[in-house]
Amino acid sequence: MKLEDKIKKDAIIRMFHVNRKYGSVYALKDINIEIKKNEFVFITGPSGAGKSTLLKLCYLEEKLTEGQIIIDGINISRILPKKIPFLRRKIGIIFQDYKLILTKTVFENISLVLEVSGHKISYIKKKVRSILRTVGMEEKINSYPLGLSGGEQQRVAVARAVVGNPEIIFADEPTGSLDKITAKKIMELLKSFHNRGTTVIIATHDNFLINNSYGRVISLKNGKIIKN
Amino acid sequence: MILLINRAITDILNNKFLYIVSIFTITISIFIVSMFTLFFVNTNKIMDSWEKGIKIMAYLKSDKNIEENRKKILNLYGVKEIKFISKKNALNLLKKQMKRQSSLFTNIESNPLPDAFEIKMINFAKNHKKIDVLASQIESLPFIDDVEYGEKWIVKYINIFNLFKFTGYGICVVFFITSIFIVVNTIKLIFYSRKEELKIMRLVGATDNFIKNPFYISGVFQGFIGGILGILILFIIYLMVLTNVDKEFILDFINVRFLSFYEYIILILCSIFSGWFGCYIALKKI
Ligand SMILES: Nc1ncnc2c1ncn2[C@@H]1O[C@H](COP(=O)(O)OP(=O)(O)OP(=O)(O)O)[C@@H](O)[C@H]1O
Ligand SMILES: [Mg+2]
Repeated sequence: MKLEDKIKKDAIIRMFHVNRKYGSVYALKDINIEIKKNEFVFITGPSGAGKSTLLKLCYLEEKLTEGQIIIDGINISRILPKKIPFLRRKIGIIFQDYKLILTKTVFENISLVLEVSGHKISYIKKKVRSILRTVGMEEKINSYPLGLSGGEQQRVAVARAVVGNPEIIFADEPTGSLDKITAKKIMELLKSFHNRGTTVIIATHDNFLINNSYGRVISLKNGKIIKN
Repeated sequence: MILLINRAITDILNNKFLYIVSIFTITISIFIVSMFTLFFVNTNKIMDSWEKGIKIMAYLKSDKNIEENRKKILNLYGVKEIKFISKKNALNLLKKQMKRQSSLFTNIESNPLPDAFEIKMINFAKNHKKIDVLASQIESLPFIDDVEYGEKWIVKYINIFNLFKFTGYGICVVFFITSIFIVVNTIKLIFYSRKEELKIMRLVGATDNFIKNPFYISGVFQGFIGGILGILILFIIYLMVLTNVDKEFILDFINVRFLSFYEYIILILCSIFSGWFGCYIALKKI
């Protein structure tokens, strides 16, 4: 009993009977997952399995049809709208489609994350530069996203996700457009955050990534968990 | 704060055309409104002096019981002040007014003028129907010979002027609403054109205020610039009119003045308010 309590306390994400329907089709069906603090989790499965949907539910881009998701003690289906931004600041997201703002430079795209949480300009400048150096994009600091290759855009997206030192990182195909060497670098970066205590959740269908990594694997197929 | 203003400026620069249209509309509105204001502050003075001049002259049959008769008139509704003008005073006044034709008076032996009351009215009674009523009341008094109120035309002018004034207010309101509407439209258009961007900002943790504040700044900015430009244009036109129109005419007319500092401030505040309020309406349901 005590052990179970401890596990529950340690869980940063808990999902109970989560369903998500689009029309009459289930994108996710009866998902029950518990992810502990500082876990490194892969969510895998074929295209259309529901990986992205699962992540979107967690950061509230999509709404639950049924069930409950509790993140860091907050039931997100009942969260007050004005508290959503503060929850999202604890989360870093690498979107499958990058979601960079095309009218802003690389610097502005990344600094936005720090601006919304009210950091000082001097800190922002330093921090953005250093994170861009880490992903090897410092030379493109003043470029616009459309002037970058797919892989470069993805690295900017990664930089933006981690610049605010989030507690949880959701990464949706974070290495989809990268060559093996750059992909490895990005994985190293995510692992370094993991080593500092961040919970990392990666959705991918790239078995190479999974085989060469450590961590837990959750397999989805047709919206259901087939391996946990 | 610097970052916030930065974002607002970027926003304005990225949507120059929309902002120019919006500011232009506000400029026109403020121009129209301040033109009316200018017109009213100047004409009001004339109207005031005219209104003060409205009076009824009541000519008396005899000069007996002046005090008593005066009280009787004073009891009538609408009478504010009564001045007795004796026939002697009246003649002197007439002589003074007609100095050049003074020869006319040399042959006069007895004074042909009657004694008279000059009756001034309270403001409420300065409506030509009410003056008519009051005048006939006075005329029906037994000691009154005749009643004259030549300023009847003034009253008519005042009525026309008032009609004009209300139309003016109406037009001002219409333009005020128009500028708010245009600001609403501008902000909405920009908001929707940036929908994707704002969605991303929300996903990385931006609060509503973080997203909306630059819009408010740009709304207030539109109002401020529009207000200044509107008044500036009016001022330039005012100067042009002043230098081109016959000086004598203007002096005759009365000394026309431009808006006071206080009136500027009010107009610009109204303008800023319309910018802010437009923004508020545009972002209310978002
Ligand atoms: N907005 C939407 N409207 C309708 N159906 C949707 C929508 N989003 C996702 N789906 C459906 O939900 C299912 C799961 O989609 P999801 O994007 O989660 O898949 P995925 O596992 O991320 O696939 P991929 O590996 O290709 O990214 C798919 O069958 C998809 O068609
Ligand atoms: Mg996906």
